[in-house]
Amino acid sequence: MTGVRCFVKSSLAVLALPVLMAGTALAQGTVKIGALLAVTGPAAFLGEPEEKTLKMYVEELNAKGGVNGQKIELVIYDDGGDASKTRTFAQRLVEEDKVVAILGPSTSGPTMAISQVVEDAGIPLISFGGAAVIVQPMKKFVFKTPHSDRMACEKVFEDMKKKKLTKAGLITGTDAFGKSIREGCIAAAPTYGVEIVGDETYNPTDKDMTPQLTNLKNKAGIQAIMSGSFGAPAAIVTKNVKQVGVTVPFYQNHGVASKSWIDLSGDAAEGVLLPAAAVLVADKLADSDPQKKVALAYKTTYEKATGKPISTFGGHAYDGLMILVEAMQRAKTSDPKKVRDEIEKTKGFIGTAGIFNMTDKDHMGLDLAAFKMVTVKGGNWQLAE
Amino acid sequence: MLLPRNLKALCRLWVADRFMAELLQFVISGLTVGAVYALVALGFTLIYNATDVVNFAQGEFVMIGGMVSAFAYAAGVPLMFAAMLAIIVAIIVGLILYRFGIEPARGASSVVLIIITIGASIAMRGLAALVFDKQFHKLPAFSGEAAIRVLDASIVPQALWVLGGALVIVAALWLFLTRTLFGKAVLATAANRMAAQLVGVNTSFVMSFSFAASAAIGAIAGVLVTPITFTSYDVGTALALKGFAAAVLGGMGNPLGAVAGGLIIGLLEALGAGYVSSSYKDAIAFMVLIGVLMLMPGGLFGKAHTERV
Repeated sequence: MTGVRCFVKSSLAVLALPVLMAGTALAQGTVKIGALLAVTGPAAFLGEPEEKTLKMYVEELNAKGGVNGQKIELVIYDDGGDASKTRTFAQRLVEEDKVVAILGPSTSGPTMAISQVVEDAGIPLISFGGAAVIVQPMKKFVFKTPHSDRMACEKVFEDMKKKKLTKAGLITGTDAFGKSIREGCIAAAPTYGVEIVGDETYNPTDKDMTPQLTNLKNKAGIQAIMSGSFGAPAAIVTKNVKQVGVTVPFYQNHGVASKSWIDLSGDAAEGVLLPAAAVLVADKLADSDPQKKVALAYKTTYEKATGKPISTFGGHAYDGLMILVEAMQRAKTSDPKKVRDEIEKTKGFIGTAGIFNMTDKDHMGLDLAAFKMVTVKGGNWQLAE
Repeated sequence: MLLPRNLKALCRLWVADRFMAELLQFVISGLTVGAVYALVALGFTLIYNATDVVNFAQGEFVMIGGMVSAFAYAAGVPLMFAAMLAIIVAIIVGLILYRFGIEPARGASSVVLIIITIGASIAMRGLAALVFDKQFHKLPAFSGEAAIRVLDASIVPQALWVLGGALVIVAALWLFLTRTLFGKAVLATAANRMAAQLVGVNTSFVMSFSFAASAAIGAIAGVLVTPITFTSYDVGTALALKGFAAAVLGGMGNPLGAVAGGLIIGLLEALGAGYVSSSYKDAIAFMVLIGVLMLMPGGLFGKAHTERV
């Protein structure tokens, strides 16, 4: 019996071989996907892990035979986080490289600068930028994978509400991210019954924020402080909070969700609360958590390949690439317009940032459940819930 | 009858106390940041005096100080030696900048020389990004992180290191310039290069010395401040701008003015952020700078300007 079955199988395989080969020949080799990433420049801490992630997973996908029988060819340009450069590269991807979809840019400003380019060209863009304005108002071809900055505020306020804290102080940078998170927080506060009693800002190049924090600390009745920042200033704020002796709960945001922030802040990071993607605490998630498998797989793959601890930022690139590839598989073609339609139909996709449910009204598809409240304990991420 | 009055007095005392604590916190913040500006401004002044060059790569010396020491420390070198290594590297870079950037172009106008230093600063930044990386790095605080509390204001011990370090450097520089023969040769070169040369001062050596000394001062500032502010390949640009503003405010070429200018700008920023609005604190500092320059074009401590013919 087994002999016969084996014979049948192998002959089938032999028969199938030419058909498969014809299939690949018909599909003409490769499908080109463009990526615009801030691999250098001030946002390099976003672009670098994103680039590594994309390269790593495209290689893996190709080793498994690519998508729809075609190998993926990744065309990456380093935009340095600069909007005008990004625009030039976007034109190049559309006109010269003729890509079927674009991943990135890493930040919000450049994304806004090129959204008209992809709208005109009719090819889908999956941005890794945080600002809500990327997908609100909605643009037909523009999607994004990271949580919006306003969601960070909402998650923090939700946590404050649970703890019956109603008076918050804000400290934000004057850069695009800081501004956007500040506006998001001010807009979201009333919904959660939170009153913003102090509103301080600083310049991203500033070296000392103790005056602003002293003012917040001395605001009458203040019950919590929320910071909107990333990079070195975020660590300086964290240290200064400890230094001026703030005793109320201190919240950071998802922009600091990398190991380097903990390293820079040292002891001052202990006990700070922040909303972040599940991937940051992958190994500490409950086994029943649907995200655990994906998050842990990404963490192990990334850390093994690069030897560096993961940040949530590379995860956004993973989510973007996988949403795109799955949409292509569902569409059974790489025709940009059909792929766009399929991206919009993404349902229940489990990514590193959360579970994506996109609709024709929501091109991000994440809700607050995607955020976990985490804290730092003994120099490591810990679930705070 | 007595109680309310007591209460009122207590209350007034408390308000005064809190006001003092706030003020003290702002002043400490301003002095710490200002001390760094002062050291950068001092570097500008030294080179400007000896060579008439405004060296816009001055901020990069601070960066080199921070980056080299942070990397050496991370590699296991004791803090003290890491700091010394950083200073030596900065001095070498300073000498290279003088020998291959400034000296060959000595006949050129000062605008050309300034542009050379801007080019050098961009090159140094790019090299640092390649040699090191683009991440932020830190050094441990020299004597712990626990804040010292004075009148309800808190000072991190490292801030005292920065202030003390700046004080020592300024004092040493002053002693050197006024009490040693070589120091006087530096002053002579600053006053009149041709005359100094005629009385036998090796002006070329004095000029390389000024670059080396500026680099060393910058690097020391970088080492002192990195535990507070962190460092990365591109911290130099912002520091050079603030340091230059400080040097101009104090009177370009006056070491005392450079220090005063740095501290004033630092204080204005901190008090502006504390009492007026954190959004306008840079604007406040620069508005004062413009105001001073309109009234006293030579800066606070500048000599009345005389055109050299």
